[in-house]
Amino acid sequence: MSLLSLAIWTPIFLGFFLLVINTKISNTVTYLLGNLFGLISFFITLYLYFLFDKSVQGFQFQEFAPWINYYSINYHVGMDGISLPLILLTSLISWLVIFISSNSVKKSLAFYIASFLILSGLMIGVFLSLDAILYYIFWEAMLIPMFLLIGIWGGPNRVYATIKFFLYTVLGSLFMLIAFIYLYTQTGSFSVIDYYDKTLTLTHQVLIFLAFFMAFAVKIPMWPVHTWLPDAHVEAPTGGSVILAAIMLKLGGYSFIRFALPIAPDAAIYLKPFLVTLSLIAIVYIALVAIVQTDMKKLIAYSSISHMGFVTLGLFMLNPLGFEGGYIQMISHGFISAALFFAIGVLYDRMHTRDISAYGGVINKMPIFGAFFVLFAMANSGLPGTSGFVGEFMVILGAMQENFWIALFASLTLIFGATYSLWLVKRIIFGVVKDEQNNALFDLNAKEFFVMALLAILTLLIGVYPAIISDITNQSSAVIMDLIQQSKLP
Amino acid sequence: MKLINLYSLIPMAPLLASVFIGLFGRKLPKQLSHIIPIFGVFVSLLISLYALYISVNGYVFNENLFRWITVGQYDLKIGFLIDNLSAIMMVVVSFVSLMVHIYTIGYMRDDSGYSRFFSFISLFTFAMLMLVMSNNFLQLFFGWEAVGLVSYLLIGFWYQKPTAIHANMKAFLVNRVGDFGFLLGISLILFWFGTLDYYEAFSRINSLSNQNVVLFNQSLSLMTLISILLFIGAMGKSAQIPLHVWLPDSMEGPTPISALIHAATMVTAGIFMISRMSPIIELSDTALSFILIIGSLTALTMGILGIFQNDIKKVVAYSTLSQLGYMTIALGVSSYSLAIFHLFTHAFFKALLFLGAGSVIIGMHHDQDIRNMGNIKKYMPITWITFLIGTLALVGMPFFSGFFSKESIIDAVKLSNHFGSNFAYFCSVAGVFITSLYSFRLYLLVFHGKENWKKNNTSKSIAHHGLKSNQNPHESDWVVTVPLILLAIPSVIIGYLLINQVITTDLINKTVFIASGHDAFLNLADHFHGALSMSIHGFLTLPFWLMVAGFFTAYFIFYKKYIRLTAPKFINTIINARYGFDTLNEKVLAPLVLFFGNILWKFFDIKIIDNILVNGTARLINIFSQTTKKIQTGYVSQYAFFMVLGLLGFASFFIIGWIK
Repeated sequence: MSLLSLAIWTPIFLGFFLLVINTKISNTVTYLLGNLFGLISFFITLYLYFLFDKSVQGFQFQEFAPWINYYSINYHVGMDGISLPLILLTSLISWLVIFISSNSVKKSLAFYIASFLILSGLMIGVFLSLDAILYYIFWEAMLIPMFLLIGIWGGPNRVYATIKFFLYTVLGSLFMLIAFIYLYTQTGSFSVIDYYDKTLTLTHQVLIFLAFFMAFAVKIPMWPVHTWLPDAHVEAPTGGSVILAAIMLKLGGYSFIRFALPIAPDAAIYLKPFLVTLSLIAIVYIALVAIVQTDMKKLIAYSSISHMGFVTLGLFMLNPLGFEGGYIQMISHGFISAALFFAIGVLYDRMHTRDISAYGGVINKMPIFGAFFVLFAMANSGLPGTSGFVGEFMVILGAMQENFWIALFASLTLIFGATYSLWLVKRIIFGVVKDEQNNALFDLNAKEFFVMALLAILTLLIGVYPAIISDITNQSSAVIMDLIQQSKLP
Repeated sequence: MKLINLYSLIPMAPLLASVFIGLFGRKLPKQLSHIIPIFGVFVSLLISLYALYISVNGYVFNENLFRWITVGQYDLKIGFLIDNLSAIMMVVVSFVSLMVHIYTIGYMRDDSGYSRFFSFISLFTFAMLMLVMSNNFLQLFFGWEAVGLVSYLLIGFWYQKPTAIHANMKAFLVNRVGDFGFLLGISLILFWFGTLDYYEAFSRINSLSNQNVVLFNQSLSLMTLISILLFIGAMGKSAQIPLHVWLPDSMEGPTPISALIHAATMVTAGIFMISRMSPIIELSDTALSFILIIGSLTALTMGILGIFQNDIKKVVAYSTLSQLGYMTIALGVSSYSLAIFHLFTHAFFKALLFLGAGSVIIGMHHDQDIRNMGNIKKYMPITWITFLIGTLALVGMPFFSGFFSKESIIDAVKLSNHFGSNFAYFCSVAGVFITSLYSFRLYLLVFHGKENWKKNNTSKSIAHHGLKSNQNPHESDWVVTVPLILLAIPSVIIGYLLINQVITTDLINKTVFIASGHDAFLNLADHFHGALSMSIHGFLTLPFWLMVAGFFTAYFIFYKKYIRLTAPKFINTIINARYGFDTLNEKVLAPLVLFFGNILWKFFDIKIIDNILVNGTARLINIFSQTTKKIQTGYVSQYAFFMVLGLLGFASFFIIGWIK
């Protein structure tokens, strides 16, 4: 078996393996094995990073095997500069979630860890599939572990949240399947690469784009199909929220890059005003909504939507600066939102409430945690030197190439983003110790410290030297930009 | 050693010290918490002096350190530009920072956050040096925001104080409003100039100087738009009306940082930035007049508020606002050299005044109310003398440093023909009187007169602070007084020594661009006949006599209290409300944002999207199935009936078809 398949199937296989043996081993052994498996998966992707040739434009490590010949469906995977950082992010964050799980998860740990391993394999599968049906299967399959994670380890209102999450996403995905089937009838193939060369009339392109849009916009999520996300986050366990924010939302952005934009570029240009408007609404409107939240997880959830608005804005600018900015914003948000949800998990484990008003003066009791929280809140508000700045900065630069007013509205995030982030910090972290419960808080343990420190280092690294990401993506994004800029009208 | 490596040490030394102390400071012996950062800043100072030496000798250093990111045709880089302008700033920053580092040993001795404080001020030094050493807009913005971050952390250093954590958030957010404009300006520069490198951008300026852009269906000069957007950034950082509101509140932070950040360095970043951007700013007369008027308003109105403050630090803070107004005025009349020169002298005497105020505060056991002070000269002689020197420099006493810089600005305004320069002239001359009034009021009430803490008054704000009536203040330690003395020396002599180089030779002027027709500075040089003649002539000018008048007004009204002025009520209201900017922000704008947030959330998100659209769809499906499920009764007889009915239907359909 070759490397990409190994990256996809190792965590899935090991996850099932853990489920099979779980009755025979203790929780401690389960935890240790889970970590080992998570690390193995991470090291496979890390190995791919070192083997990856940055100067090559096309897909690398391609694997091809016929699967269902009658419909010419194949097992076809490949990796380029767009997918590599995302699979690294996926395997790393998945491991961190497993690593921290022993703090909060009390019931059926093996099942919990196995869900994350399987989930991570499926998500890597989405990022690597070059066959539409294979992609679609991974895309839909990944809902199952997430559905279970929220449904089993979630909060009191988890049933409503899971159903909402499930229906929202499945409904969107069906349109995507229709688009794939239409493209199959036109090209006789399910290969994504074949779709890139296919000429289509504007009407067809617009319809295809909108079908994709239904699926991806829900996933990202874009306004106005975003309301599943705050509910899902609030009910999800810490690990679920982390994966949801850090990786699952990125699947939407990634899919726009891989499918919607290069397959229907003329539609993207045609629909640009519409797409840009939705993105700007997400940035400004959602930021205002985030300011008034009283539940800290909801606040960060809304902040995520607002940040994903930057991703879509950047991508739909259809120029290199916006594209690269939107992409880096995805990676950066992966680290920052993961860190913030971890941080909320840390507080929740100790106080069992997410209500902002229940906290006050946390830094007195948890100075190290407080320092990390301030750092990530600052990163969330786009402070230079952190990764949060890079994406926003470049998207704003890209927006200015398009139109002054788009840049102006996007820049409002400088003010509103800082407002919700710093107001949260002020209410939770600073001040005198609020009450007895806050007084009983204790600082990070070694595991929590490790996770926070690792994410802090990565956030700063990308902030100071973003070329580490852009050097990987440069060649591939040039290819995508070419595809977008060439008209595909017949 | 290559020059670039040497120069990288300038910001890196304090950064490394900061990171090291920040991570390990609490576990190490206390002395290391100050020894390591002081060493780091000392290294910066030495190399900065060397850089100044090299640059004064005519070598402009401009090299890139590393590539930040490559996107499409753009290469964004991190690098250094060391010319006289940046070298002077580097020396100011590292020198004042070093003084403040030493002073902090005494001021923060008993604070539990000792090492954290040192870590922060070293981090600040790093960020500020990155800002001034930058050779491109990206790094400028980088440093710009980073100093804002450290300012945030330091204003809220005593995070248990509710006022402190309110002030630090306010400072950051108000600055973000400025950065909003600044960032748009930078984006426009990248779009039109195709680069973020200073020199490359400036070299492409000619082809764009007449470029127009369309906004609000109106054609607008591109240079005006960029200049005003950049200046909005400067208004935030350099606290110009109406974005000045954060600076008085920032006094909640420990005094050493008020001296370093909120007087000598960070707040002057805007002045520095506009000077750096002179090739762009100069192309827009509209922007220059805008700058001039904002500066004039700030200089005058903020000075007036200084007269009415009773907190020793607040007086100095309003004085800083007013002096920043003077620097902005200098920018507005295209006299960038004078703005930088005033920035330079102000850094010394204002840091001196803040640190002197801090010394008094230590002596008073952290009572900051000047109404409880008096006759402190008897107990704290070094603080007294140095504070007096600072005051004289501030009010513009001839031969003192502030005289040369401020007097030159006023002369330049007089010679300027920019729109608004008459107004600016009025404000800057009236400002001299105001400056003198609040400065001498402060000086007289603190250092002369009765020992008011001995009165058994109950007005002492916080019970455990302040001297008891049977205690006396003591002169501070050498770690406090030595920085005072070291700052007092340049406060006296630096103006006299440098005025000639600034005005007649090209010390600063060769690093900026002045468009033809903006001749105020050139004409000033024609009128200049040496420092000595300028000082002697200084005793005959209007500003001098206004300054003297200010002294006597302060003496009679506030010190001897011969005259009791009762202002009309509405004036009192305006002064107490500080012209109402805070009310506008906190009572109107902030609630408005919350109001919109709540509407969008509770009405649009929850009511319309969730309840009507999402759950509504679910309900609709439910209603549909509720209706249709009535057909599914479960009675075999009914099913059989419908089946027969269906069969009949099909049969008749085919029969009819067959008949036809």
